Amino acid sequence: MSLLSPADQQALREVFQQLSRRVRLLFFTQTIGCETCVQAREILDELPPLSDQIVVEEVNLVLEKEKAARFGIDRAPTIVLAYDDPDSVDAIKDSRIRFLGAPAGYEFGSLVHAVLLVGGRASALGAKSLERLAALDKPLAMQVFTTPT
Amino acid sequence: MAFASPNITAVAVEATEFPDLARKYHVSGVPKTVVNDDVEILGALPEDAFVEQALTASR
Repeated sequence: MSLLSPADQQALREVFQQLSRRVRLLFFTQTIGCETCVQAREILDELPPLSDQIVVEEVNLVLEKEKAARFGIDRAPTIVLAYDDPDSVDAIKDSRIRFLGAPAGYEFGSLVHAVLLVGGRASALGAKSLERLAALDKPLAMQVFTTPT
Repeated sequence: MAFASPNITAVAVEATEFPDLARKYHVSGVPKTVVNDDVEILGALPEDAFVEQALTASR
């Protein structure tokens, strides 16, 4: 049974038609000591049936330490948004966008927005912001704290 | 923003699931944005102001 209503599924199916490249949701999980991993997986599983361009790949945080380290992940559940780059040989590119915790409630909307962005939609930022950010020459690690409502 | 620069990473943290992080960064209201463990942005700001605030962490 889907978590989404048929109307929501249809709306998402339509909006996901914009996806011009494959989006990979790397789902870092662990079996023990992760209360919301099952919920997070259930939410993610809603997406691939709505678009051929969305895939979910599960990574076990405990058993696949090397992969977790490559993406800098040390907590579960974490979702890393990556995408296929047809112009590059290293196939999968990290978007550097992550979600820590189950993307429930309002966060689901943020996840959909991020999927569209990673899938090739133009940035919602204005030209001035894009220019300023592109000129950045130091790392900027941004953490946005939210709650599920 | 992470898409606008290879130097930026953006993480959405569900505060109730990670109370240790919420405590570490003194999160008492959401949304709260922490940049480089240094700059804190409370609530939602207009885009220009948000970018401006975030970039102060790189100076």
